[in-house]
Amino acid sequence: MTENNIDEMVQKILDGDRRMLARAITLVENSRKGHRNIMKQVYPHTGKAMIVGITGAGGAGKSTLTDILIAKFRKMGKTVGVVLVDPSSPFTGGAMLGDRIRMKKHARDKGVYIRSIASRGAMGGLSRATYDIIRIIEAFGVDIVIVETLGTGQDEIDIIHLVHTCLVVFTPGMGDDIQAMKAGILEIADLIIMNKADLEGAEAFIRHLQGAVTTANIPVGAWTPKVFPSVCISDKPANIKGHDEIIKGIYEHFDFLNKSKALDKIRFQRLELELGLILKDELQNLIFKGLKGTGLKKKYITSIIGGENDPYSVVREILDNYVLHRKN
Amino acid sequence: MKNNKQIKVIITKVGLDGHDRGAKIVVSLLKEAGMEVVYLGMFNQVEDIIQAVVDEDADVLGLSYLSGEQLIFTPKIVGEMKKNELNDVLLIVGGTIPVEDIPLLEEMGVERVFRAGSLSNEFIEYIEKNIKK
Repeated sequence: MTENNIDEMVQKILDGDRRMLARAITLVENSRKGHRNIMKQVYPHTGKAMIVGITGAGGAGKSTLTDILIAKFRKMGKTVGVVLVDPSSPFTGGAMLGDRIRMKKHARDKGVYIRSIASRGAMGGLSRATYDIIRIIEAFGVDIVIVETLGTGQDEIDIIHLVHTCLVVFTPGMGDDIQAMKAGILEIADLIIMNKADLEGAEAFIRHLQGAVTTANIPVGAWTPKVFPSVCISDKPANIKGHDEIIKGIYEHFDFLNKSKALDKIRFQRLELELGLILKDELQNLIFKGLKGTGLKKKYITSIIGGENDPYSVVREILDNYVLHRKN
Repeated sequence: MKNNKQIKVIITKVGLDGHDRGAKIVVSLLKEAGMEVVYLGMFNQVEDIIQAVVDEDADVLGLSYLSGEQLIFTPKIVGEMKKNELNDVLLIVGGTIPVEDIPLLEEMGVERVFRAGSLSNEFIEYIEKNIKK
């Protein structure tokens, strides 16, 4: 990719070319040449979309819920971008991306762009590239971006740094009141979704979740999460319910953020984190590039294995030698 | 692997073919080989599949047939791929394909047919060596 091609690519994305959008995402995902240039050019065109995150344990119904929410947003005339994250194998690097299969209704809708990505070993349930991917989709010009994380457990909470409104999906049978009392994933929820609410145990679990919200130490003037029962799949269409309320809840939360000036604060916090992540990545790349061919990296690692050194001392030494004093 | 890029594959069934055990096994094997595989499931229409290939910027599209519809749907897929200028996507077919259909499929534009009984190494290596992006 030459710089000229990148300019053209970004212009096409801004003009709504979804093929170029898809290509740019691949480029960014693989940190290929041109990645930085794309982000630089895309950046001024971001910040306009409402970003909604959906997280929760695997099998809770995140994709099916996402599918229904896309349909609701489309009925309101909104265009939607969707990022679906599934786990990469820590051993082979491969991934089975199986969320798109739940979204067949939107397969041909030009007002919906769906992209499946693999977590690529990122802790916290989101690939580092997710930040950039959301920005590119924003620049493409959608009203809403939905980010669905991979099935999370108890404290994969990266998503709150990416989204305006975070939905955490629970199902009956995920535990008792003790689970609901634990710190972690519940605390990142702006909307708590009790999915599969037609199953046994749902009512009791809703009470536990509401109890957890009631006793949470929420500062005066801050948003209080609400619990929303939801049924996404049923033999009888009439039993499928709860989703208009969820949409309303999402907008209420977004309005709340706007009115309380919390959006500015979120933006600041997000940029702080993003800056740190980019710095970390670029610095690491720079240093490893510098060490390439010197055999030093291997030497350091061997010395740690041999017990003559430890990772902290090695990092300190690298920083002293190559960054702070620039001896080489 | 070219340019240190993860290979992205879409595996799908087309039309009314309701047998996807084979496709799922292929998905798992490709995943184990380090590829990122989007599985679209059964009962997909041609236009839906093409949209997924565009949106996902896939390197490979794999069609699985177990009900003899390969000569009906494959030309439609090839036609839509041409229309959408997806000439850098590797199109492969797998499943219970009669030997006599292989040259017909290849003439249509399928790059390679892997019949039932193919070894996983064969198609994994084939994909690794032949992706066009």
